[in-house]
Amino acid sequence: MKRFFSGWSLIRLYTILVYVFLFAPIVAVIILSFNPEQFGSFPMKGFSFRWYVKLAQNDSILHAFKNSMILGSLTALLVTTIGVPAAMAFVRYEFPGKNALNTLLLTPIMIPEVVLGVALLLFIRWLQQPKSFLLLLIGHVVITLPYVLLVVQARLVGIRREYEEAAMTLGANAFHTFREVTLPLLMPAILAGMLFAFTISFDDVTATLFWATAHNQTVPVKIFGMLRNSISPEINALGTVMIALTVSVPLLAGYLSRRFSRGGS
Amino acid sequence: MVRFRGIRKSFGKAVAVAPTDLDIEEGHLVTLLGPSGCGKTTLLRMVAGLETPTDGDIFIRDKRINDTPVHQRNLGMIFQNYALFPHKTIYDNVAFGLKYRNVPREEIRGKVGRALEMVRLPGVENRMPAQLSGGQQQRIALARAIVIEPDVLLMDEPLSALDENLREEMRREIDNLQRILGVTTIFVTHDQREALSMSDKIVVIKAGVIQQVGDPETVYNRPANHFVADFLGHSNFVAGRVEERRGDLVMVRLDSGFLLRAEHPGQWRAGQKVEVVIRAQRFEAFLKADYQAEDGVNYFEGTIKDRSYMGGEVNYFIDIGHKEELHVISMMRSRFFQVGDVVSVQVARRHCHLLALPEEKEPA
Repeated sequence: MKRFFSGWSLIRLYTILVYVFLFAPIVAVIILSFNPEQFGSFPMKGFSFRWYVKLAQNDSILHAFKNSMILGSLTALLVTTIGVPAAMAFVRYEFPGKNALNTLLLTPIMIPEVVLGVALLLFIRWLQQPKSFLLLLIGHVVITLPYVLLVVQARLVGIRREYEEAAMTLGANAFHTFREVTLPLLMPAILAGMLFAFTISFDDVTATLFWATAHNQTVPVKIFGMLRNSISPEINALGTVMIALTVSVPLLAGYLSRRFSRGGS
Repeated sequence: MVRFRGIRKSFGKAVAVAPTDLDIEEGHLVTLLGPSGCGKTTLLRMVAGLETPTDGDIFIRDKRINDTPVHQRNLGMIFQNYALFPHKTIYDNVAFGLKYRNVPREEIRGKVGRALEMVRLPGVENRMPAQLSGGQQQRIALARAIVIEPDVLLMDEPLSALDENLREEMRREIDNLQRILGVTTIFVTHDQREALSMSDKIVVIKAGVIQQVGDPETVYNRPANHFVADFLGHSNFVAGRVEERRGDLVMVRLDSGFLLRAEHPGQWRAGQKVEVVIRAQRFEAFLKADYQAEDGVNYFEGTIKDRSYMGGEVNYFIDIGHKEELHVISMMRSRFFQVGDVVSVQVARRHCHLLALPEEKEPA
């Protein structure tokens, strides 16, 4: 009995409670998505894929899903194309205003997304351009760039300069050195950065609410819209799909990068 | 042949290398020796093109290479931490430089194989660097550097990351390989034993300034100044004034009053302030009671104050009065002394090396 009430078992209990608090709502969403009834309550009266089928037949949601996938993928691609050279410049070269510029590129993390959303919108208005998919893409690149920069810079600092110097003394020019040495060693960070960018873009609501048009809805914005009318169990199914996606993609990528990057420290 | 002409490098206000002239002969192994931060690595990296000189010119085989980019200089560089590409196999590591030299594929295989044999690691082509020990990795780095038949081989402290017992073996390996290939080699180190044992020439550097250039014997036995004498080997320094010179024989009145006779050719003037350098190994120690003074030597008497046994040799610290202490290294040809023993130590006149000291202003 004394053992049971020792400090450690209290900490264990506390930890379990924290996890329950964190994950219970998510688990509830997943379980309720298989509930055949319109209004979810426990205990469930059966098990069905009814809402998944309905989801698959909902064109506007599928459209939003397609939008989200395209937007997330393009954001990931674009942001690494911009972020990797920028990180290289910040870590490997000296130039005036380097620290100021680096801080500037990282500020989107610190600025509230509402402010960012409104600011970009006003900027577009000032340029007298309509809201468009391009606006969404630019916005998401701005939001995700700091994450890519941070991840890639951290890795780059860990890649010793000597690898590149050895390649150069052996006859590789700057481009070959990057392609043959720096890029492969940087790959895990680049993949991680792309994943960050994709997931952040995929589930961003606040800023995207300002930038999306009726035609360019993303999944989170769509869910937000659906919630205003009614709470349909479809949302549970959609939520479950999104959870599966955002959890499995990074896990898969982590597995793949471990599988394929044989060296690297 | 590598020539430095007025080479200077500063980082902001900090001077890494003061204006330097230096010639390195074709086929020689030349060591840049000095404490860390003395500018020896910067000098090496300027040859490689990894640092840009602030001033001056560098020539390799009479071609000025200041403006030649790193990848066109045809140099082999060895780094302290091997710098093998961790994501490439040993084969791809060694073949790396050949890819950029338009060597046909079939020839690459043969060259890589031969290079691996030269470093005595044949058959490791398909391993990854992390699967090899430190010593093996450094050999692969060596193979990678020599396979491209570089004009100059640059080594930046290649042995300092290795274990003590591996270091000697690897040092001899590099030495052998360098002589077989006859490739001009610049070797940077802070380890005097490495420098003394393998160099054709040693360049001693302190704070960006060359102190002495010479073959190992000259640098060790005829150090140009206090720094060189102190940095290489264990030296005793005693100050005094020249009393008289007779040919190569110089009488020096030490500050302790003792009259020391040194054999050292040179223009020594009576009254000149000098410092006498005596290597700790050049002394011979005897029990005072047993000692018969020989001709042509200087001898001191004193008491053993401290000793440390090093296996092959013993270090004695001998109090000779006047607050002077001699460091004597005995190879144990004679007997083993105890602390407190009263001893006589002798040193041949030709082992007393003189250094001119700047004249101080007399205190007013």
